[in-house]
Amino acid sequence: MAQLLQHLINGLAAGTIYALVALGYTMVYGVLKLINFAHGDVMMVGVYMGYATAFALGRDMRSSLLGVAVVFAVAMLGCALLGFFIERFAYRPLREKPRLTALITAIGISFALSYGFQLDLGFLPGAAPRAFPEVIEPVEWLVIGDRDVVVWNWQVISFGIAVALMVGLQYLVFRTRFGRAMRAVSWDHRVAALMGIPTDRVIALTFMLSSALAAGAGLLYAIKDTSVSPLMGLYVGLKAFVAAVIGGIGHVPGAVVGGLVLGLVEEFVVGYAASTWRDAVAFGFLILVLLVKPGGLFGRVAAEKV
Amino acid sequence: MSDAQVKTLGERQAFPPLLSVDGIKVHYGAIQALKGVSLTVGKGEVVALIGANGAGKTSTLRAVSGMLKPSAGRIQFNGHDTTNMKAHQLVPRGMAHAPEGRGVFPNMSVQENLELGAYLRTDTSGIQQDLEKSFTLFPVLKERRKQMAGTLSGGEQQMLAIARALLSKPQLLLLDEPSLGLAPQVTEAIFRTLREVNATGVSVLLVEQNAHLALNAAHYGYVLETGEVVMAGPGKALLESAEVRRAYLGE
Repeated sequence: MAQLLQHLINGLAAGTIYALVALGYTMVYGVLKLINFAHGDVMMVGVYMGYATAFALGRDMRSSLLGVAVVFAVAMLGCALLGFFIERFAYRPLREKPRLTALITAIGISFALSYGFQLDLGFLPGAAPRAFPEVIEPVEWLVIGDRDVVVWNWQVISFGIAVALMVGLQYLVFRTRFGRAMRAVSWDHRVAALMGIPTDRVIALTFMLSSALAAGAGLLYAIKDTSVSPLMGLYVGLKAFVAAVIGGIGHVPGAVVGGLVLGLVEEFVVGYAASTWRDAVAFGFLILVLLVKPGGLFGRVAAEKV
Repeated sequence: MSDAQVKTLGERQAFPPLLSVDGIKVHYGAIQALKGVSLTVGKGEVVALIGANGAGKTSTLRAVSGMLKPSAGRIQFNGHDTTNMKAHQLVPRGMAHAPEGRGVFPNMSVQENLELGAYLRTDTSGIQQDLEKSFTLFPVLKERRKQMAGTLSGGEQQMLAIARALLSKPQLLLLDEPSLGLAPQVTEAIFRTLREVNATGVSVLLVEQNAHLALNAAHYGYVLETGEVVMAGPGKALLESAEVRRAYLGE
């Protein structure tokens, strides 16, 4: 019983991170019908920004509350900027081209980032994984019984940050003027423009928002994993993409549920079977969901608009 | 293609100028959809654009509202050169376009759709008043205000598209095939409302395949054929012309 509880906690902590990254995939897909395969790598860049900031702050500063806030702020703002530039110069010129063109571009950016960060350029740490500094010093937040169940403070903080970001996003999308514009662009950006909505600006802001969320999620992941590497974006990004598809891509609450479900499934496989099975089961689970519900758990299979 | 080839019938009633389209050309890749279309719409005027499928009616509207960029020619609206402006820049200048196929947002409620029509406005009380006005114009929308727009019938969606366009407080309303796929009674109701809207001073540029309906409602009309204006004249005059009757009224 205690073991089950522990796995549940670990699974939820991992799942919220997947959910945050999945939200980025789903939002961008929502407004552009583009699978932004570079999303995971943007997240990775964000983690390196946080890594550099943490070192710049020094050991004492970075584990203070202010230090953590600075690390997150720098990474999230930096990634928002990166997302802005990627959209502006890589995707926008292809807006009216066939979707495959943008998709291939996305894969190209993904590779450019993940392999570019392995280059030995002096200011980059290179290809080898690095230890991520302890921006949140691990403290046992809750211990049940004879260490049967341990909840770490970073798990609680991570969960708290993730939930706050998700609630904020839900509010933004469904309760604000910008969210309404986003949903209008998502349905048809040409008609949205006829309402006076500056569609280019809405799309750019969506990219910035999703990239900032990715940076936040990436930092939480790096804190959990205590490491950072140029290829982490490919791996985490792919998992989060799976989460978004499980939930139904384009569906905001679906991405959250997909992320949590995936985190729990993985944790239970690791806990009760073997960790080597984790990825196989994660992708197998995706296939299973798509067999039963081709649009994902919440998505609807809609006829393509022509 | 010069204007000399346009056969003009009758005298045009005088209206102060609002929109003037001068020799615009539009290409879709290698295909030329508009080969130099010129037309004008006056303040308070209803102008109909008739023609067969593929004549370039929708392309003309799209170029006017900024959805398409013409490759040549000039568009002036309300004293500004708007040729290169994008759709969202034209809305605050008084242009509203209810597009072909209505283009309502099916996954939003009727109310949300209407509020999107007023997206750029900040006068909350004014918006509220205009919402009420559109409910007087189309009472069925009031009954369905909480319903998702995708669940409305075709006629109700058309009413919603028009009401939504009006909520931006336009001086010029562009309407693309409002009668498409609608029962005759519904179409009649929509055209009646159109006259009411026009009576409040809103100009209308109307694209229709149903030439009879459109020319009856319009002060002035243009006949489009394969991307060119071939004939122009007051609605009544065009209705009486033998050529129009043969080609578009099935006589």
